[in-house]
Amino acid sequence: MKMAIFQARTWFARTFSTVASHPLRVCVVGSGPAGFYTAEKMLKAHQEAQVDIIDRLPTPFGLVRSGVAPDHPETKIVVNQFTRVAQHECCTFFGNVTLGSSVTLPELRELYDVVVLAYGAESDRVLGIPGEDLSGVYAAREFVWWYNGHPNCRYLNPDLKSSDTAVILGQGNVALDVARILLRPTTELATTDIASHALAALEDSAIRKVYLVGRRGPAQAACTAKELREINGIKDLHVHIKEADLLTTPEDEEEMRNNRIRKRVYELLSKAATTRASHPCSDPRELHFVFFRKPDKFLESNERSGHVSGVRLEKTKLIGDRPGERMATGTGQFEDLGCGIVLKSIGYKSVPVDGLPFDHRKGVVPNVRGRVLSDTSGDPMLLEKGLYVCGWLKRGPTGIIATNLYCAEETVASISEDLKQGILASSSSAGREGLLQLLDSRNVRVIPFGEWEKIDSEERRLGSLRNKPREKLATWEELQKVARE
Amino acid sequence: MFISRVSRFGTQMVKRLTKGTLTSAPKTGNLPKVYNYFFHSLKHQTFSTTTAHEEGDKEVEEISVTFVDKDEMETHIKVPIGMSMLEAAHEHDIELEGACEGSCACSTCHVIVRDMEYYNKLEDPTDEENDMLDLAFGLTETSRLGCQMTAKPELDGICLELPSATRNFAVDRYAKAT
Repeated sequence: MKMAIFQARTWFARTFSTVASHPLRVCVVGSGPAGFYTAEKMLKAHQEAQVDIIDRLPTPFGLVRSGVAPDHPETKIVVNQFTRVAQHECCTFFGNVTLGSSVTLPELRELYDVVVLAYGAESDRVLGIPGEDLSGVYAAREFVWWYNGHPNCRYLNPDLKSSDTAVILGQGNVALDVARILLRPTTELATTDIASHALAALEDSAIRKVYLVGRRGPAQAACTAKELREINGIKDLHVHIKEADLLTTPEDEEEMRNNRIRKRVYELLSKAATTRASHPCSDPRELHFVFFRKPDKFLESNERSGHVSGVRLEKTKLIGDRPGERMATGTGQFEDLGCGIVLKSIGYKSVPVDGLPFDHRKGVVPNVRGRVLSDTSGDPMLLEKGLYVCGWLKRGPTGIIATNLYCAEETVASISEDLKQGILASSSSAGREGLLQLLDSRNVRVIPFGEWEKIDSEERRLGSLRNKPREKLATWEELQKVARE
Repeated sequence: MFISRVSRFGTQMVKRLTKGTLTSAPKTGNLPKVYNYFFHSLKHQTFSTTTAHEEGDKEVEEISVTFVDKDEMETHIKVPIGMSMLEAAHEHDIELEGACEGSCACSTCHVIVRDMEYYNKLEDPTDEENDMLDLAFGLTETSRLGCQMTAKPELDGICLELPSATRNFAVDRYAKAT
């Protein structure tokens, strides 16, 4: 009944608004949390809005699908909410549409009154040190995409067999996710939605020791408590931390007093350092937190040319006295850490498209509260009319899913303000119909939400055969085939 | 009276069940919450029927809760004992987010208890809740997750503020940038 009234109400509102004027045509690029929260907030704030979400993949939900670890199913529940948004009568999802090749940014801006870019960060920061191109050195993002069944990394085939040691550079949550996937008993991973090619490789993996390397100390570690608590709970895993590294300075104490997360993370690290396994086990695994070290170069293997055999690390010390901002600087003392695989978890990076102002230094689109600026001078008068950003492209690759909720709220508030001030207005632009015509003329085969639902139900069906919540289709061919069936 | 009670419990149960099948993904994370609610309501129903007869007291089945949204608008609602504040908010169309649907895996149902006195009547947050509160925007001394707060008689009259997202976001970003 409530639903019926609600529907009647929206019907009236829509009828009235379409009679009164054109719908506000909005295109959101990217269907991860930033894109979906933007669409949701737009639909809530503007009943006259018609929101189209485009994504280069045939599948929606961005990093909720390809970033969130398979053993974190609770974090993925948010797709229920995003699905309701996609099913809203004024919202449409078009998968398999790539900004820059299927449709250019100027074309999109011509077709829509409002364009919100929320396509995230699909590349990686680099260290810029010798040996970074050796085989066996990967970006953590690639490894994450691989175990999460992202079609771009289906054939990554990371070498997990030639050595028992992996080095992860970075100590943030992505680093901890990767460490956990490498060390967790595969029987526990088998019932998650981990890609089957990754599960098979992990079942065969020789990796028993993982080193997590950070430039700063345990009082500055970038991970959060939940991820660390999970590490502490892994069966038969021995966590090693040098006791000397846990000693804190007055500056560390000051930092922790002002930062609840840092304080709780430090406490968990201290706890992990003192917990010793009570019984011997058949297949022990080790996780070493290596603090105050920065990578200097990657070492090449003597036996396998072109392949990494270790990392040379330089000891660091912290300089500066402003809490939270102390930097690690090299001390000139070096040591080598042997390994067969290195995963760089030092941050993601956004990639610009043609016609988009971009701040290469910060790796974001210059913006004021989500309004795109024409250049990086910061002059708020140079606005790109009708163009907005949200999520990692707007503020850099940090934060959790919920951060995008507030981020989207800010961007949508800017759009609303611009509409109110008359800077923006709904026009007779071609919108959805125009986009579909253009894509059709270029033989771009759009995958609408209904076809994603076919992929979804096929994945669930395949999953149920293996006691998994889903078995992800991990190649472009499989995804396209099931969508078209 | 007894019959109406039974039938009401039945309705609640059906409602819960339908809700569960409609909204939950095929995973188990948020199931215990639902069972927990059953258990609570079952226990409470039995208990209150007897006390009502023996003591003739007007038993507390629902408590009054006030939600204050970011524009300082107040909404007064009645929440049955045993129901979480997140569920109660959603039943009354209060705009409290709940990305993980009550499985304590996000921080979106963050609420601020207005009165320290009421805050102290709550059980201490678990490690898991604290882990999520770590990440909540605009965290205060009396912040809690709506999904982890269950209505109980002592909380009658509690007032919960929804944090002002946009303002906090700007402040938070500023704080991190400086």
